[in-house]
Amino acid sequence: MRVSLFVTCLADQLWPSAAVGAVDVLRRLGCAVEFDERQTCCGQPAFNTGYRPAARALARRLIEIFEASAADAIVSPSGSCTAMVHHYDQLFDDARWRERAQGVAERTHELSSFLVHQLGVEDVGASFSGRLTWHDACHGLRDLGIRDEPRRLLRHVQGAQLVELPPPGAETCCGFGGTFSVKYPEISVAMLDEKVDAIERAGVDAVVSGDASCLMQIAGRLSRRGSTVRALHLAEVLASRP
Amino acid sequence: MTFERDARTALADGQLRGALRQATTLFGERRRAALATVPDWEGARDRARAIKDETLEHLDRYLEEFAANAERAGACVHWARDAAAACDIIGGIAERRGARTVVKSKSMASEEIHLNAALARRGIEAVETDLGEYIVQLAGETPSHIVVPAIHKTKAQIAALFADKLGIAPSDDVATLAAAARDALRRRFAEADLGISGVNFAVAETGTILILENEGNARMTTSLPHTHVALMGIEKVIPRFADLDVFLQLLPRSGTGQVLTAYQSLITGTKRRAEDEGPEELHIVLLDNGRSRMLASRVTRQALACIRCGACLNACPVYRQIGGHAYGSVYPGPIGAVLSPQLFGLARSAALPYASSLCGACRDVCPVKIDIPALLLHLRAQVVAEGVAVGKGHLRERLAFWIYATVMVRPRLFAWLMRAVRSLRIMPPLGAWTKWRDLRPLAPRSFREQWRAGLGDQRGPDA
Ligand code: SF4
Repeated sequence: MRVSLFVTCLADQLWPSAAVGAVDVLRRLGCAVEFDERQTCCGQPAFNTGYRPAARALARRLIEIFEASAADAIVSPSGSCTAMVHHYDQLFDDARWRERAQGVAERTHELSSFLVHQLGVEDVGASFSGRLTWHDACHGLRDLGIRDEPRRLLRHVQGAQLVELPPPGAETCCGFGGTFSVKYPEISVAMLDEKVDAIERAGVDAVVSGDASCLMQIAGRLSRRGSTVRALHLAEVLASRP
Repeated sequence: MTFERDARTALADGQLRGALRQATTLFGERRRAALATVPDWEGARDRARAIKDETLEHLDRYLEEFAANAERAGACVHWARDAAAACDIIGGIAERRGARTVVKSKSMASEEIHLNAALARRGIEAVETDLGEYIVQLAGETPSHIVVPAIHKTKAQIAALFADKLGIAPSDDVATLAAAARDALRRRFAEADLGISGVNFAVAETGTILILENEGNARMTTSLPHTHVALMGIEKVIPRFADLDVFLQLLPRSGTGQVLTAYQSLITGTKRRAEDEGPEELHIVLLDNGRSRMLASRVTRQALACIRCGACLNACPVYRQIGGHAYGSVYPGPIGAVLSPQLFGLARSAALPYASSLCGACRDVCPVKIDIPALLLHLRAQVVAEGVAVGKGHLRERLAFWIYATVMVRPRLFAWLMRAVRSLRIMPPLGAWTKWRDLRPLAPRSFREQWRAGLGDQRGPDA
């Protein structure tokens, strides 16, 4: 299968090991991976802060870029940015653009969902020794309905033991929320601390998630609190070999 | 900014946060358990939303039908364009009755129009009879939750308040506290000439209003005094009596996690025979106060489907941290963040649409499937388009997004800039971020650099 990687600006610049891991896993499963270097940001920060014209301009670009690709699927190591592409049609009044947006959205998949549903794979042949816990990134969970997919993949990682987070649980927001984390940092960190408390109570070696944005938030606080728990992207864990 | 300041104050209040955590967690658990008793919860949500959508589509027609049927049953229906008009109508009714004291059961609409203050200006004392509202009134505060007004208070705080204001011996036994309140309220019920209530649902086909409650105080408010005034937002109307069925499944379960509230008072007009229950005189005040403006667009209209169950407040991780008062509006939490700017003006509440991480927990629990995150985004776009300033970083934000928009459509410039940032180790000025969180050190090479440097040429083993 031909896959075009939708890397997302965050993974590209701040968490490249997630994107490299995604490429690695996809190739291991027999996909031919392409990457169009014209892609930058999907426009989500602008959309979420209310800057619709900027978001629309970036949406048009990304739609054009992916329309030009003959890949069977567009795959991203981010539930949040995948969800943004799935929302693109809301940005346009013009029916033609809405249709084009929907066309690209149909081909765009978040990594774990692509592996499980499109490739039908749960065991990607990864090996990672340690206790892991999963953090559901909100947009993957609630906009795309991704809940079981990453857990199924992680349960098949050799040597890894997956435990669920104690209350407030894996599904509670980590407090990132893009500009929210900068506009209202105290509230954001209060939410984050509940998450990090739960992670520490879980007694794990690493917290794993599907979005570099949540990981930045969680890792930033773990590090500030002097915790030894690592924050890892799902693709990094799936790419680990013995 | 008041929101920012008040949120910070709330975060520093350990008692507040403890009370909130305990109550919202409990309601969340009860809600989940109550949901399990409905075989087709999703179906019920869809049906309820469809009924609301249909009603809002023809709101004028259903309101007229409701008004005609309520009047036929003996009620007097009043139309209030805004808060001032509603206060005038109710104040006028109270004065004509010569009322000195009015008893009230819980009504967020009355909070919205600041009715108690308006009555006080006419020399009329309004006494809240819902226990939570009574606590809040004794403390000189406002409700911090649309269903649980005193959710922000601990039992110990309530005990101290009652000892101070009611002169009872300090006790943190809930039954003792409730009995003390009931005692004090019984006297007020006897004095009251007028009862004021809210409305949960108003049935167009019969002219009936329905009031849900747990303490029996609403039933007394609407039946003991000679005159009953029911205040309702115009969005409370539903077409048919049979429609109540689905809403009664959804509302108590979503709000307090109850299968049914302890009391459901159905009131159709005035009492006809002496032995009937109910008021001798019934006034129904239909309040617009900005609601018909929201009908204009499909996106904003959906907020009028809200049945005020409070589930989105309990589920919201922001509300759970800061409580209701920081929102500075009678309607706090997720639904408050979308209602307040629309009802009371964007400029006054421009911070509220941003008071959310857009996690979507509210949309998940909303019994009528209101897409609150989409509404928040819609309002944010409006804030930016209308140039409403939010906070002091407003101009900096505009500049940042101008730079962002300029760079992100130029991939070469983007790659070059990021390379420069990387090699010069420039850290972005994100003081708000780094005060509490470490910034992840930049990886030596971006993904695109690694792709160029050979990753792109490698082929998968099976490819
Ligand atoms: S928006 Fe939905 S969840 Fe929130 S109070 Fe209204 S009906 Fe309940």
